[in-house]
Amino acid sequence: MLDLDSLQERFGNEITESSFRDNRRIVVPSDKVYFVLEQLWREWGFDMLVEMTAADYLEYPGATDRFGVMYVLLNTTTGERVIIKTHLNLPDPELPSVFPLWHSADWLEREIFDMFGIKFEGHPDLRRILMPEEFTAFPLRKDYPLKGRGERHNFPVITRAES
Amino acid sequence: MAVGLPENLFLTKLDAAASWARSNSLWPMPFATACCGIELMATAASRHDMARFGAEVMRFSPRQCDLLIVAGRVVMKMLPVLQRIWLQMPEPKWCISMGACACTGGVFDTYAVVQGVDRFIPVDMYVPGCPPRPEQLLAALIEMQEKIMRTGTLTGREFAGRTKSNGPPPFDLDEVRRSQEAVGVPGLDIYTPPEIQLGNAGKLN
Repeated sequence: MLDLDSLQERFGNEITESSFRDNRRIVVPSDKVYFVLEQLWREWGFDMLVEMTAADYLEYPGATDRFGVMYVLLNTTTGERVIIKTHLNLPDPELPSVFPLWHSADWLEREIFDMFGIKFEGHPDLRRILMPEEFTAFPLRKDYPLKGRGERHNFPVITRAES
Repeated sequence: MAVGLPENLFLTKLDAAASWARSNSLWPMPFATACCGIELMATAASRHDMARFGAEVMRFSPRQCDLLIVAGRVVMKMLPVLQRIWLQMPEPKWCISMGACACTGGVFDTYAVVQGVDRFIPVDMYVPGCPPRPEQLLAALIEMQEKIMRTGTLTGREFAGRTKSNGPPPFDLDEVRRSQEAVGVPGLDIYTPPEIQLGNAGKLN
Protein backbone atom coordinates (compact mmCIF):
# COMPACT_ATOMS: atom_id res chain seq x y z
CA MET A 1 0.00 0.00 0.00
CA LEU A 2 1.47 3.28 -1.12
CA ASP A 3 1.87 5.74 1.75
CA LEU A 4 2.14 9.47 1.32
CA ASP A 5 4.85 9.93 3.95
CA SER A 6 7.50 8.07 2.04
CA LEU A 7 6.74 10.10 -1.06
CA GLN A 8 6.87 13.35 0.91
CA GLU A 9 10.11 12.28 2.52
CA ARG A 10 11.70 11.87 -0.84
CA PHE A 11 10.05 14.54 -2.99
CA GLY A 12 9.09 17.27 -0.53
CA ASN A 13 6.01 18.46 1.23
CA GLU A 14 4.26 20.00 -1.77
CA ILE A 15 2.86 16.57 -2.46
CA THR A 16 -0.65 16.34 -1.07
CA GLU A 17 -3.28 13.68 -1.00
CA SER A 18 -7.06 13.71 -1.09
CA SER A 19 -9.62 11.03 -1.64
CA PHE A 20 -13.10 10.60 -2.95
CA ARG A 21 -14.77 7.32 -2.01
CA ASP A 22 -12.05 4.78 -2.82
CA ASN A 23 -10.11 7.00 -5.23
CA ARG A 24 -6.77 8.18 -3.87
CA ARG A 25 -5.51 11.30 -5.56
CA ILE A 26 -1.97 12.50 -5.07
CA VAL A 27 -1.19 15.99 -6.34
CA VAL A 28 2.41 16.48 -7.43
CA PRO A 29 4.15 19.60 -8.78
CA SER A 30 4.72 19.36 -12.50
CA ASP A 31 8.53 19.47 -12.29
CA LYS A 32 8.60 16.40 -10.04
CA VAL A 33 5.86 14.34 -11.61
CA TYR A 34 8.13 12.24 -13.79
CA PHE A 35 10.35 11.27 -10.86
CA VAL A 36 7.37 10.41 -8.70
CA LEU A 37 5.89 8.26 -11.47
CA GLU A 38 9.23 6.55 -12.04
CA GLN A 39 9.44 5.81 -8.33
CA LEU A 40 5.92 4.39 -8.33
CA TRP A 41 6.78 2.24 -11.31
CA ARG A 42 10.11 0.95 -9.96
CA GLU A 43 9.49 0.59 -6.27
CA TRP A 44 5.77 0.40 -5.72
CA GLY A 45 4.92 -1.90 -8.59
CA PHE A 46 2.48 0.31 -10.48
CA ASP A 47 3.09 -1.46 -13.76
CA MET A 48 0.03 -0.33 -15.70
CA LEU A 49 -1.02 3.12 -16.84
CA VAL A 50 -4.76 2.62 -17.09
CA GLU A 51 -5.73 6.09 -18.17
CA MET A 52 -4.18 9.44 -18.69
CA THR A 53 -6.19 12.54 -19.30
CA ALA A 54 -6.31 16.27 -18.81
CA ALA A 55 -8.80 18.92 -17.83
CA ASP A 56 -9.02 22.64 -18.46
CA TYR A 57 -9.85 24.56 -15.28
CA LEU A 58 -10.51 27.90 -16.93
CA GLU A 59 -13.25 29.68 -14.94
CA TYR A 60 -13.55 26.68 -12.63
CA PRO A 61 -14.58 27.79 -9.13
CA GLY A 62 -11.56 27.87 -6.83
CA ALA A 63 -9.06 26.66 -9.39
CA THR A 64 -5.65 28.33 -9.41
CA ASP A 65 -4.02 26.57 -12.35
CA ARG A 66 -5.17 26.30 -15.93
CA PHE A 67 -4.66 22.62 -16.76
CA GLY A 68 -4.67 19.43 -14.77
CA VAL A 69 -3.13 16.22 -16.05
CA MET A 70 -4.13 12.95 -14.41
CA TYR A 71 -2.39 9.60 -14.48
CA VAL A 72 -4.44 6.61 -13.30
CA LEU A 73 -2.08 3.85 -12.24
CA LEU A 74 -2.73 0.23 -11.39
CA ASN A 75 -0.59 -2.32 -9.62
CA THR A 76 -1.63 -5.51 -11.34
CA THR A 77 -0.22 -7.70 -8.56
CA THR A 78 -2.08 -6.16 -5.64
CA GLY A 79 -4.89 -4.44 -7.49
CA GLU A 80 -4.00 -1.12 -5.90
CA ARG A 81 -4.97 1.99 -7.81
CA VAL A 82 -3.78 5.54 -7.43
CA ILE A 83 -4.36 8.76 -9.34
CA ILE A 84 -1.43 11.13 -9.79
CA LYS A 85 -2.41 14.66 -10.67
CA THR A 86 -0.35 17.62 -11.69
CA HIS A 87 -1.09 21.17 -12.77
CA LEU A 88 0.20 23.21 -15.69
CA ASN A 89 -0.17 26.73 -16.94
CA LEU A 90 0.02 28.72 -20.14
CA PRO A 91 1.81 29.90 -22.20
CA ASP A 92 3.84 26.75 -22.63
CA PRO A 93 2.30 23.72 -20.93
CA GLU A 94 4.85 20.96 -21.10
CA LEU A 95 5.51 17.71 -19.26
CA PRO A 96 8.09 14.97 -19.63
CA SER A 97 6.67 11.99 -21.50
CA VAL A 98 6.06 8.82 -19.51
CA PHE A 99 6.36 6.70 -22.63
CA PRO A 100 9.64 5.16 -21.36
CA LEU A 101 7.78 3.86 -18.29
CA TRP A 102 4.46 2.75 -19.79
CA HIS A 103 4.07 2.34 -23.52
CA SER A 104 0.32 2.82 -23.18
CA ALA A 105 1.12 6.50 -22.75
CA ASP A 106 1.88 6.74 -26.46
CA TRP A 107 -1.60 7.45 -27.81
CA LEU A 108 -2.89 8.91 -24.54
CA GLU A 109 -0.25 11.64 -24.67
CA ARG A 110 -0.98 12.22 -28.34
CA GLU A 111 -4.65 12.68 -27.51
CA ILE A 112 -3.88 15.16 -24.73
CA PHE A 113 -1.58 17.03 -27.09
CA ASP A 114 -4.28 17.05 -29.75
CA MET A 115 -7.08 18.25 -27.51
CA PHE A 116 -5.28 20.54 -25.04
CA GLY A 117 -1.98 21.47 -26.66
CA ILE A 118 0.10 20.11 -23.80
CA LYS A 119 3.49 19.06 -25.13
CA PHE A 120 5.20 15.91 -23.90
CA GLU A 121 8.95 16.16 -24.06
CA GLY A 122 10.61 12.96 -25.17
CA HIS A 123 7.52 11.44 -26.80
CA PRO A 124 8.65 9.45 -29.84
CA ASP A 125 5.89 10.59 -32.19
CA LEU A 126 3.92 13.55 -30.90
CA ARG A 127 1.40 14.15 -33.67
CA ARG A 128 -2.32 14.85 -33.64
CA ILE A 129 -4.29 11.66 -33.23
CA LEU A 130 -7.96 12.63 -33.67
CA MET A 131 -8.06 15.92 -35.51
CA PRO A 132 -6.64 16.34 -39.01
CA GLU A 133 -2.98 17.26 -39.29
CA GLU A 134 -3.69 20.73 -40.64
CA PHE A 135 -5.93 21.64 -37.69
CA THR A 136 -4.35 24.42 -35.65
CA ALA A 137 -6.54 24.85 -32.56
CA PHE A 138 -6.88 22.72 -29.44
CA PRO A 139 -10.60 21.97 -29.25
CA LEU A 140 -11.03 20.87 -25.64
CA ARG A 141 -9.63 24.09 -24.25
CA LYS A 142 -12.44 26.04 -22.65
CA ASP A 143 -11.69 29.19 -24.62
CA TYR A 144 -12.27 27.37 -27.91
CA PRO A 145 -15.88 27.75 -29.07
CA LEU A 146 -17.97 24.58 -29.18
CA LYS A 147 -18.92 25.16 -32.80
CA GLY A 148 -15.36 25.88 -33.82
CA ARG A 149 -13.93 28.79 -35.72
CA GLY A 150 -15.28 27.76 -39.11
CA GLU A 151 -12.86 24.87 -39.72
CA ARG A 152 -15.76 22.56 -40.50
CA HIS A 153 -16.73 24.77 -43.45
CA ASN A 154 -13.26 25.11 -44.88
CA PHE A 155 -13.57 22.65 -47.75
CA PRO A 156 -13.90 22.97 -51.51
CA VAL A 157 -17.45 22.64 -52.85
CA ILE A 158 -17.99 20.00 -55.53
CA THR A 159 -20.94 20.92 -57.73
CA ARG A 160 -22.83 18.51 -59.92
CA ALA A 161 -21.86 20.26 -63.12
CA GLU A 162 -18.14 19.82 -62.57
CA SER A 163 -18.02 16.27 -61.23
CA MET B 1 -50.18 -1.21 -82.90
CA ALA B 2 -51.35 1.87 -84.63
CA VAL B 3 -48.27 2.40 -86.76
CA GLY B 4 -48.23 -1.17 -87.84
CA LEU B 5 -45.10 -2.30 -86.03
CA PRO B 6 -44.45 -6.00 -85.90
CA GLU B 7 -44.71 -7.90 -82.63
CA ASN B 8 -41.96 -7.52 -79.96
CA LEU B 9 -41.02 -4.12 -81.26
CA PHE B 10 -41.83 -0.75 -79.76
CA LEU B 11 -40.76 2.82 -80.20
CA THR B 12 -39.33 5.03 -77.47
CA LYS B 13 -36.88 7.82 -76.99
CA LEU B 14 -33.27 6.91 -76.35
CA ASP B 15 -33.26 9.09 -73.24
CA ALA B 16 -36.26 7.25 -71.83
CA ALA B 17 -34.76 3.86 -72.61
CA ALA B 18 -31.49 4.79 -70.90
CA SER B 19 -33.31 6.21 -67.87
CA TRP B 20 -35.48 3.12 -67.65
CA ALA B 21 -32.43 0.88 -67.59
CA ARG B 22 -30.50 3.04 -65.18
CA SER B 23 -33.31 3.61 -62.71
CA ASN B 24 -34.08 -0.08 -62.39
CA SER B 25 -30.55 -1.18 -61.71
CA LEU B 26 -29.13 1.36 -59.29
CA TRP B 27 -25.97 0.08 -57.66
CA PRO B 28 -25.65 1.75 -54.27
CA MET B 29 -22.38 2.73 -52.68
CA PRO B 30 -22.99 2.51 -48.93
CA PHE B 31 -21.15 5.30 -47.14
CA ALA B 32 -22.30 4.25 -43.68
CA THR B 33 -20.64 6.06 -40.81
CA ALA B 34 -23.20 5.85 -38.02
CA CYS B 35 -26.48 4.32 -36.90
CA CYS B 36 -28.14 5.14 -40.23
CA GLY B 37 -25.81 2.50 -41.64
CA ILE B 38 -27.59 -0.13 -39.55
CA GLU B 39 -30.91 0.89 -41.06
CA LEU B 40 -29.29 0.84 -44.48
CA MET B 41 -28.20 -2.73 -43.85
CA ALA B 42 -31.69 -3.60 -42.66
CA THR B 43 -33.08 -2.11 -45.86
CA ALA B 44 -30.83 -4.32 -47.92
CA ALA B 45 -31.51 -7.41 -45.83
CA SER B 46 -34.26 -9.92 -46.35
CA ARG B 47 -37.10 -8.30 -44.42
CA HIS B 48 -37.22 -5.04 -46.37
CA ASP B 49 -35.27 -6.34 -49.35
CA MET B 50 -34.05 -3.52 -51.53
CA ALA B 51 -33.60 -6.11 -54.29
CA ARG B 52 -37.30 -5.73 -55.04
CA PHE B 53 -36.42 -2.38 -56.58
CA GLY B 54 -33.31 -3.48 -58.39
CA ALA B 55 -30.89 -1.84 -56.00
CA GLU B 56 -29.45 -4.80 -54.16
CA VAL B 57 -25.98 -4.74 -55.65
CA MET B 58 -24.09 -2.91 -52.92
CA ARG B 59 -20.56 -2.48 -54.10
CA PHE B 60 -17.78 -1.32 -51.82
CA SER B 61 -15.82 0.17 -54.65
CA PRO B 62 -17.13 3.55 -55.83
CA ARG B 63 -15.95 2.75 -59.34
CA GLN B 64 -18.72 0.17 -59.70
CA CYS B 65 -21.55 2.25 -58.22
CA ASP B 66 -23.92 4.91 -59.39
CA LEU B 67 -25.89 5.77 -56.25
CA LEU B 68 -24.06 7.17 -53.24
CA ILE B 69 -26.00 6.73 -49.99
CA VAL B 70 -24.45 8.89 -47.29
CA ALA B 71 -25.74 7.32 -44.08
CA GLY B 72 -24.54 9.00 -40.93
CA ARG B 73 -22.62 12.00 -39.75
CA VAL B 74 -19.58 13.14 -41.66
CA VAL B 75 -16.75 14.79 -39.78
CA MET B 76 -14.01 17.08 -41.02
CA LYS B 77 -11.55 14.26 -41.40
CA MET B 78 -14.02 12.13 -43.36
CA LEU B 79 -15.27 14.80 -45.76
CA PRO B 80 -12.25 14.70 -48.11
CA VAL B 81 -12.75 10.91 -48.26
CA LEU B 82 -16.42 11.36 -49.13
CA GLN B 83 -15.59 13.89 -51.83
CA ARG B 84 -12.98 11.57 -53.27
CA ILE B 85 -15.44 8.68 -53.32
CA TRP B 86 -17.96 10.87 -55.09
CA LEU B 87 -15.40 11.89 -57.69
CA GLN B 88 -14.40 8.27 -58.23
CA MET B 89 -17.92 7.16 -59.10
CA PRO B 90 -18.56 6.92 -62.83
CA GLU B 91 -21.24 8.96 -64.56
CA PRO B 92 -24.19 9.00 -64.38
CA LYS B 93 -24.41 9.08 -60.60
CA TRP B 94 -26.79 10.22 -57.92
CA CYS B 95 -26.61 10.83 -54.20
CA ILE B 96 -29.04 10.16 -51.38
CA SER B 97 -28.37 11.94 -48.10
CA MET B 98 -29.83 9.64 -45.46
CA GLY B 99 -30.76 10.83 -41.99
CA ALA B 100 -30.66 14.05 -40.04
CA CYS B 101 -26.88 14.07 -39.60
CA ALA B 102 -26.01 13.68 -43.25
CA CYS B 103 -28.61 16.29 -44.24
CA THR B 104 -27.95 18.96 -41.60
CA GLY B 105 -25.45 17.76 -39.03
CA GLY B 106 -28.32 16.78 -36.74
CA VAL B 107 -27.65 17.20 -33.04
CA PHE B 108 -23.91 17.21 -33.63
CA ASP B 109 -23.49 20.95 -33.99
CA THR B 110 -19.82 20.89 -32.98
CA TYR B 111 -16.50 21.99 -34.35
CA ALA B 112 -15.68 18.75 -36.12
CA VAL B 113 -18.99 17.73 -37.72
CA VAL B 114 -19.91 18.93 -41.19
CA GLN B 115 -23.33 20.59 -41.08
CA GLY B 116 -24.84 18.76 -44.02
CA VAL B 117 -22.99 16.99 -46.79
CA ASP B 118 -24.97 18.96 -49.37
CA ARG B 119 -22.71 21.91 -48.68
CA PHE B 120 -19.82 20.11 -50.29
CA ILE B 121 -21.15 17.39 -52.59
CA PRO B 122 -24.27 17.43 -54.79
CA VAL B 123 -27.27 15.68 -53.23
CA ASP B 124 -30.35 14.52 -55.15
CA MET B 125 -32.57 13.19 -52.40
CA TYR B 126 -32.85 13.83 -48.68
CA VAL B 127 -34.24 11.28 -46.26
CA PRO B 128 -35.31 12.77 -42.92
CA GLY B 129 -35.28 10.76 -39.72
CA CYS B 130 -32.97 9.85 -36.91
CA PRO B 131 -32.37 7.24 -38.19
CA PRO B 132 -34.95 6.87 -40.98
CA ARG B 133 -36.86 3.61 -41.06
CA PRO B 134 -36.09 1.26 -43.94
CA GLU B 135 -39.46 2.12 -45.47
CA GLN B 136 -38.37 5.73 -45.71
CA LEU B 137 -35.19 4.77 -47.48
CA LEU B 138 -37.17 2.58 -49.85
CA ALA B 139 -39.52 5.47 -50.50
CA ALA B 140 -36.53 7.66 -51.29
CA LEU B 141 -35.17 4.99 -53.60
CA ILE B 142 -38.48 4.77 -55.46
CA GLU B 143 -38.60 8.52 -55.69
CA MET B 144 -35.03 8.53 -56.93
CA GLN B 145 -36.07 6.11 -59.67
CA GLU B 146 -38.97 8.38 -60.59
CA LYS B 147 -36.64 11.35 -60.70
CA ILE B 148 -34.26 9.51 -62.99
CA MET B 149 -37.15 8.51 -65.25
CA ARG B 150 -38.46 12.06 -65.26
CA THR B 151 -35.24 14.01 -65.79
CA GLY B 152 -32.67 11.54 -67.02
CA THR B 153 -30.97 11.86 -70.37
CA LEU B 154 -28.62 9.57 -72.23
CA THR B 155 -25.71 12.02 -72.09
CA GLY B 156 -26.46 13.34 -68.62
CA ARG B 157 -27.03 16.88 -69.80
CA GLU B 158 -29.53 17.47 -66.99
CA PHE B 159 -26.58 17.73 -64.58
CA ALA B 160 -24.93 20.59 -66.43
CA GLY B 161 -27.23 23.23 -64.98
CA ARG B 162 -26.36 22.42 -61.37
CA THR B 163 -23.44 24.75 -60.88
CA LYS B 164 -24.07 25.53 -57.23
CA SER B 165 -24.12 23.37 -54.12
CA ASN B 166 -27.53 22.43 -52.77
CA GLY B 167 -26.68 23.39 -49.24
CA PRO B 168 -26.44 26.77 -47.58
CA PRO B 169 -23.26 28.71 -48.28
CA PRO B 170 -20.54 27.93 -45.76
CA PHE B 171 -20.26 31.26 -43.98
CA ASP B 172 -23.87 32.29 -43.94
CA LEU B 173 -25.57 34.61 -41.51
CA ASP B 174 -27.47 31.75 -40.00
CA GLU B 175 -24.22 30.20 -38.86
CA VAL B 176 -23.17 33.43 -37.18
CA ARG B 177 -26.54 33.72 -35.48
CA ARG B 178 -26.41 30.18 -34.18
CA SER B 179 -22.92 30.65 -32.84
CA GLN B 180 -24.06 33.62 -30.77
CA GLU B 181 -27.42 32.49 -29.53
CA ALA B 182 -26.18 30.16 -26.79
CA VAL B 183 -25.16 32.73 -24.17
CA GLY B 184 -25.50 32.11 -20.46
CA VAL B 185 -27.97 34.15 -18.45
CA PRO B 186 -26.23 35.69 -15.42
CA GLY B 187 -27.70 34.57 -12.11
CA LEU B 188 -29.71 31.78 -13.62
CA ASP B 189 -29.29 28.55 -11.70
CA ILE B 190 -29.94 25.80 -14.17
CA TYR B 191 -29.73 23.10 -11.54
CA THR B 192 -32.78 24.22 -9.58
CA PRO B 193 -36.02 23.25 -11.21
CA PRO B 194 -38.49 26.12 -11.48
CA GLU B 195 -41.18 26.30 -8.84
CA ILE B 196 -44.58 25.74 -10.29
CA GLN B 197 -47.27 27.97 -8.84
CA LEU B 198 -50.50 26.11 -8.74
CA GLY B 199 -53.69 28.15 -8.53
CA ASN B 200 -57.02 26.82 -7.51
CA ALA B 201 -57.41 25.19 -10.85
CA GLY B 202 -54.31 23.10 -10.28
CA LYS B 203 -55.33 21.63 -6.93
CA LEU B 204 -56.09 18.00 -6.76
CA ASN B 205 -59.50 17.19 -5.49
